[in-house]
Formats: sequence, C-alpha cells, structure tokens
Amino acid sequence: MIDRRRFLQLAAVGGGAVFASALPGSLRAAGYEEFFFVQLSDAHWGYSGPANPEADTTLRKAVASVNALEIQPDFIVFTGDLTHTTDDSAERRRRMTEFRGIVGGLKVKDVRFMPGEHDASLDSGAAYKELFGETHYSFDHKGVHFVAIDNVSDPGANVGEAQLQWLKADLAKLKKSTPIVVFTHRPLFDLAPAWDWATRDGAKVIDILMPYANVTVFYGHIHQEHHQQTGHIAHHSAKSLIFPLPAPLSQPKRTPLPWDPAQPNKGLGFREVEAEVNDARYKIAEFQVTKA
Amino acid sequence: MNGNRREVLVRAGIFAFFAAAGMGTLARRSAASESQVVKVVAQRFQFTPSEIALKSGRPVVLEITSLDFIHGFNIPALGIRTNLLPGPPTRVAIKALAPGRYDFLCDNFCGSGHEEMNGTIVVSD
Repeated sequence: MIDRRRFLQLAAVGGGAVFASALPGSLRAAGYEEFFFVQLSDAHWGYSGPANPEADTTLRKAVASVNALEIQPDFIVFTGDLTHTTDDSAERRRRMTEFRGIVGGLKVKDVRFMPGEHDASLDSGAAYKELFGETHYSFDHKGVHFVAIDNVSDPGANVGEAQLQWLKADLAKLKKSTPIVVFTHRPLFDLAPAWDWATRDGAKVIDILMPYANVTVFYGHIHQEHHQQTGHIAHHSAKSLIFPLPAPLSQPKRTPLPWDPAQPNKGLGFREVEAEVNDARYKIAEFQVTKA
Repeated sequence: MNGNRREVLVRAGIFAFFAAAGMGTLARRSAASESQVVKVVAQRFQFTPSEIALKSGRPVVLEITSLDFIHGFNIPALGIRTNLLPGPPTRVAIKALAPGRYDFLCDNFCGSGHEEMNGTIVVSD
C-alpha cells in the first residue's frame, strides 16, 4: 500500500499541482488496490528547431527524473509522438530505435507505448508496429481495465470502424462499474478543431464508453495540461517533453511557445497518477523535467 | 425645338435612364447570385493563396488542386471539410458569407510542416 503522505510530498517537490478526478462511490470497499503509473508524452525524438535547442537531452533528463522518483510506478505509459515525423522511412526507424534505447534506461521495465501522428500517420503505423507492437490494445492491472486507442495511424485522425468494433467487444466483457482508463494521443472530444485538436470520429468512441460508469482518459498531443469532462468521463492531457504549445485557440496560430534559455524546461514535464480505487479517486501529480 | 419634340426626348431620356438603371440592377443581381470561382493550390505545407479575399453576399466555389498528398480542407466555423485528392481540382462550394474571417486548415497529417498548413478567408462588405 502506498504511503499517501509520501506521495503528496513528492508531488510538492516536483512543483506540480495535484488534480483529483473523482470516481463514484460505488467502487468504495470493492477490494481493489492502490497503485501508481507514470504518463509521459510527446517526446518528439529527432526534433530540431528553435522551440527546444536542447531537444537532444530533454528525453534523457525525463528518464533520469522518473528514475529519481522515490516510489517507482507500477508501469509507465508514453501517449504518443515518441518521435518527430520524417519523410525518410529509414530515418523514422532510426529515431524510433534511438528512442527505445533511451527509454530502455528506465528502472521500471513495464513500459507501454502508443503512437502519435508523428510516429504513424505517414506510413499507417508500419514502422511503429515493427518496433513497438500493436497500436491499440488493452490490459488489466489491479482491478482497472486499461485501453489504448489509436487515433493517429489514419492521417485523418479517424479511429475507424474496425477499431470501434474491437473496442465495443473489448468492453463488452466488463461490468458497467469496472474502472476503465483510456490512453490515446489526440483528444477524443472537439477541443479545438481549428487547430486539429480533435478526433474525427471521437464522438463514436465516447458513445461506446458512455455506458460505463467509471471512465477516465489520459492523452497527449496538445503539449500542455488540460482537464475536461464529457458527461461523466474525465479527459486529462499531459505536458510534452519537447516544447509547450499555447492554450487552445488563445492565439491565431498553434505555434510553440518561445523557448526561454533561462528556464529551458519550462512547460515540459510528466505526471504520476495515483489510482486510489478504493477511495474512488485518481490523483494526478505533475512533475518537472529537472534531472541532468 | 418645339414642345412635342422636347417632350419625346425627355421621355426617351427618362426611359433610357431607368432602362440603364434596371440593367445595372439586373447585372448586379446576376453577379451577386453567380458563384465566384477561386483557384487554390494545396502543396505540403501550404495553401496558395493562404488568404482568400471575398466580398460578402456572394457565393464562392473554391477549386482546390492538391499537388502531392491527400490533404484535408476544413473550415471549422462553417462545418465544411473534404479530402483533397491529388489530380483534378476538388470543388468546394461556399454560400454567401457575412463579413468576417474564416480560418481553414489541412486536417490530414501530411508531415513536418503540417501544423503550419492553414489559411484564412477574409470576407469584406
């Protein structure tokens, strides 16, 4: 069992806020365990540009920062854009291989991956599948059903009918009260279609999830924290490991926020999620990328 | 010039004036109802032109030619989107618009500059 006070102390050291996402009380005393997982997102390995002149070191710093957590998580998930896109398929595979080598330095060996559009949209996920496996899947951990949904292998941001049917069948074996956590890259709801921050058939995914009482979505893509509800479903986006983007529609273009040499890690980070299933809550602690 | 002839000329002038005015109105109505055609090229990672200037109250057809990819064309504020297949132009009909700015973007991920592939329709009075 995790020492709750220790967790809060770690969160404070990380300089991040704790965000609690409540689950209905029906899960209380259901006998589930508590556990942590870590979400990292949008590493864009291979990026080179003014938005992060230190792009070749940020991912390694993040790995060191996660390894420095006093309590190591049960597992780690990367929610897409592991690499920055390239037209050169050999270069794409080289970047993915380098990325895999760097994150191989994580102490925790249960690491789950999923693609972003930069990894998968130009070749329908072919290189990603060679190096990381399936682009959508599910697994169970300590009473929570986790589902990774691919909304990027189609460059048009469609999940697609085949995957929708798979999702429906995957969830059909669950009780309606089973806690479900969804990992995906793009927002499933129309956060900002004018900035391509949406999933074209995301409403169909939400429709499939809606009958289940305890669903929480963790995603990436928008390079910043964002928290939104669609009905009873909570959606939490994560910071990136490359450069922050502006708040949705807060400026005319979705250009990266300028890099600040005085604060090179500003706006970058990862998060730890405490699944307090018996207390019917998920707690999110945001951490900065600080370790060299 | 006698009185009768002056009256005929005045009447003819009045007729000519109103006829011309009527023709002008018809011409304007015709122009207003006829779709303007604007040619656009989509090529990684830009639309050319990226700013399309239109007059309000007149429908437009965008003839968009994609040169290299199945780009997307999306005007979220108008609920208009389509895929742009390379080859013959894709025609996008837009009804007469009120003055304002209407952003559009490529919404099919097309590579490293995809996030900058966007533009604006500027409608003036």
